Amino acid sequence: MFDFSNVTGWIHDLLSSFMADWLVVVTECVLIGLGLLLAYALLALFYIYFERKVCAAFQCRLGPNRVGPFGLLQSFADMFKILIKELISLKHTDKLLFALAPYLVIAASMLAFAVLPWGKGLQIIDFNIGIFFLIAVSSIGVLGILLAGWSSNNKFTLIGALRSGAQMVSYELSIGLSVITMVAFAGTMSVTGIVEAQSECWFIFSGHIPAIIAFIIYMIAGTAETNRGPFDLPEAESELTAGYHTEYSGIHFGFFYLAEYLNLFIVAGVATLLFFGGWMPLHIPGWEGFNDVMNYIPTPIWFIGKAVVLSFVIIWFKWTFPRLRIDQLLALEWKYLLPINLFNLVLMVLVIVYGLHGPVCPVIE
Amino acid sequence: MATIQEKISKLFPAATFEQADTLQITIPDAQLQSLARTLRDDADLAFDFLVTIVGMDWKDSLGCIYYLASSTHANTLAIKVSTTDRENPMLHSVSEVWTIAEIFEREVYDFFGIVFIGNKDMRRLFLNIDWVGYPLRKDYDTNPDLNPVSIENERQSDGTDMYLENAEGKIEKKHRLIFEKDDFVVNIGPQHPATHGVLRFRTAVDGETIKKIDVYMGYIHRGVEKLCEDLTYPQTLHFMDRLDYFAAHNYHHGLCLCIEKAAGIEVPRRAQVIRVIMDELSRIASHCLFIGTFCMDLGATTMLFYALRVREQILDIMDKTCGARMTFNYDVIGGVMADLDENFVADVKALLAVLPKNIKEYNKIFTGNVITKNRMEGVGVLSKADAIDYSVTGPSGRASGWACDGRKTHPYSIYSELDFEQVVMEEGDSMARFKCRMKEIEESARIIEQLIDNIPAGDICAKVPKVLKLPVGKWFQMVEGCRGVFAVYLESDGSTKPYRLKIAPPCLPLAAVVDHITSGNKIADLITIGGSLDYIVPDMDR
Repeated sequence: MFDFSNVTGWIHDLLSSFMADWLVVVTECVLIGLGLLLAYALLALFYIYFERKVCAAFQCRLGPNRVGPFGLLQSFADMFKILIKELISLKHTDKLLFALAPYLVIAASMLAFAVLPWGKGLQIIDFNIGIFFLIAVSSIGVLGILLAGWSSNNKFTLIGALRSGAQMVSYELSIGLSVITMVAFAGTMSVTGIVEAQSECWFIFSGHIPAIIAFIIYMIAGTAETNRGPFDLPEAESELTAGYHTEYSGIHFGFFYLAEYLNLFIVAGVATLLFFGGWMPLHIPGWEGFNDVMNYIPTPIWFIGKAVVLSFVIIWFKWTFPRLRIDQLLALEWKYLLPINLFNLVLMVLVIVYGLHGPVCPVIE
Repeated sequence: MATIQEKISKLFPAATFEQADTLQITIPDAQLQSLARTLRDDADLAFDFLVTIVGMDWKDSLGCIYYLASSTHANTLAIKVSTTDRENPMLHSVSEVWTIAEIFEREVYDFFGIVFIGNKDMRRLFLNIDWVGYPLRKDYDTNPDLNPVSIENERQSDGTDMYLENAEGKIEKKHRLIFEKDDFVVNIGPQHPATHGVLRFRTAVDGETIKKIDVYMGYIHRGVEKLCEDLTYPQTLHFMDRLDYFAAHNYHHGLCLCIEKAAGIEVPRRAQVIRVIMDELSRIASHCLFIGTFCMDLGATTMLFYALRVREQILDIMDKTCGARMTFNYDVIGGVMADLDENFVADVKALLAVLPKNIKEYNKIFTGNVITKNRMEGVGVLSKADAIDYSVTGPSGRASGWACDGRKTHPYSIYSELDFEQVVMEEGDSMARFKCRMKEIEESARIIEQLIDNIPAGDICAKVPKVLKLPVGKWFQMVEGCRGVFAVYLESDGSTKPYRLKIAPPCLPLAAVVDHITSGNKIADLITIGGSLDYIVPDMDR
């Protein structure tokens, strides 16, 4: 497997050879920022196209097929359109909070990007509580949504924001608990540690029943966390027109739109990390030849590929199920997912204590 | 009929009787309420279904004709009440006897200025609150300067006047607020994805829970009834396409039947069969659209496309024969406009072949889904008594257990010869309304199956005089539209134009019942309930 830390290390050495230390850090930050923005924009464009095509396939349609080959340039055209659209300024809104909200939402998802394991050695920050950091920063997004709903001074947005607050705070519990289950299994909060622990077998296979339960709960809660159907109540278009972002226009609306797709990627990415080995190729214990072949596929492709497959599942949910009602949504979380999750955590502890699980590489801190 | 007449004349000596196609009782206003009560409560009479209230201006007097039917027998009856006071016309309200009268009387007030004593809501229904004059009065001034097109924001009243009779028989005017002072009122509509047109619900909510809904309509009111009074009979027909535009054939059929009955025209057998096939095709198309839009309201967007596939197939069939996909203008007085397309039979058979497969698919994707069940079962329960009280007909009424299918209760055209079931369900919730329509698609397919191979040869249209004059008189016709009983009242003064053409659409009661069945539910349920009632705004607004 190619270790991308060789590349980053080489760049670091190159820069250090003719720059002062502080300048090296600044330059590297700028470079990473640019890379992140680029990846962010490209992923969003890809996801917009991907969802449209998938949804079209579900609905017996063709989807975008006019702009560029197979409609590939359609999302570029849409992005350009949204960039040049007018930002309509509204009376009677809280100007500062109204403008701040989309940036909070997008900042939250960008911060979460920082800890995703893109490939072997390809990670922006890697420290011992990576997963904890991820959960912490992804909660900032709900703040942006609440602010957006409140500052718009519109009854629909307010209801949308309140729904969103109730929903995200509730489902964060489920996400947190299913993550803890897997962290307990891996024995570390470090993202690299979790990936390395799966070098022999992905957690979804080695983790026994509790890992599968945790995965299902994580996918349900993750869908709710990203405000996607069937949990898209904060922006339920047939009830609240567009929910919390009804009053937004131009690129401010675009930020919400982008953040939704990027959050989809983050949720899928974290699921990949926790259950499908992150960038770790598919390894089956004992099949050395097969494992060697798998190692030849570059690690970023493993990571992005797995994340895209998982996001396909989330998109599949959206285009199949009708929407839940707010009380049913909360009942699902508090009455079903949360107790199951707590029970599952105990089950996982038992599995670990009695060693009922499959092969797990010991984590070397 | 004779027995009804005898019974009423014994109880109400002041009543006079007139036999048109429907027995009409003329009664002084003072006795209206007790007559209404007798008609509804007497076990033999049992006229519990108020079809419509026809406001009338006979030039020397103003008045109303109440058309009644029954949920238990097939009789119909009309009550006529009038007042000669043109300045301050007042009649007694029957809204305590039939709840739906509250909204019917508002319509009469809006168009004729007749105030109803005892009705708790005397706002205009369709026109702006500052509209000058009452348009359906014969002396209405149509000068556009009186009612200029406003570029100001729409004014609305938060309260209503009501006129109540006190113990001494004196009439007092009182003011009432629609909402309580500190209610949080959310405006759902007129521009809203789930109101199925420009309908507006002013919704008082407590958190997510709905306290009260005030239905505000009239945004697509075009004054069809008024326009018809200046048009010849054949010209009035094309408006029927523009009421329930998802199922225009049935409405055309209704008005044609009424005019044909008045003119004594015998419709050729071929035309009758074609009309019925078209009606039932429309019903399938309309119910398919219902399934699609309803599922979309619930967030299941994909179902829309599955349902639209069948609808498209039907619209293509219509297109070939009628030359249009929505506004067909196909039924004419005496028959139909054009003969069937040469591929018609083959196309319809192709449709019938794919229908069962599609319905199975709909059930697989949507009906069995656990989220769907949670969203629909037990939501917006309308009891049978309330359905009759609110005149909620069509699939929505039948889902509540009221066998109100006009094709069975008051058979017209060739429906009495056909073998089909009336779909009646008991639950009365949104799921029942949904399933009821699903099953009706199957029944409609059954009707078409019986007819498609037996379309008789012959004329498609009877001989109708170029200038059609109807004799002096009045006629009333009910047909089963896709959303309920569609009724037409026609009064002729012997000229080429109708003296009064009253259209009683099924969607007005459907919208009126929303408040009753949503209060206490969640905002999301309003969408479910509204969608499952399947009202069409141009139909209620006319």
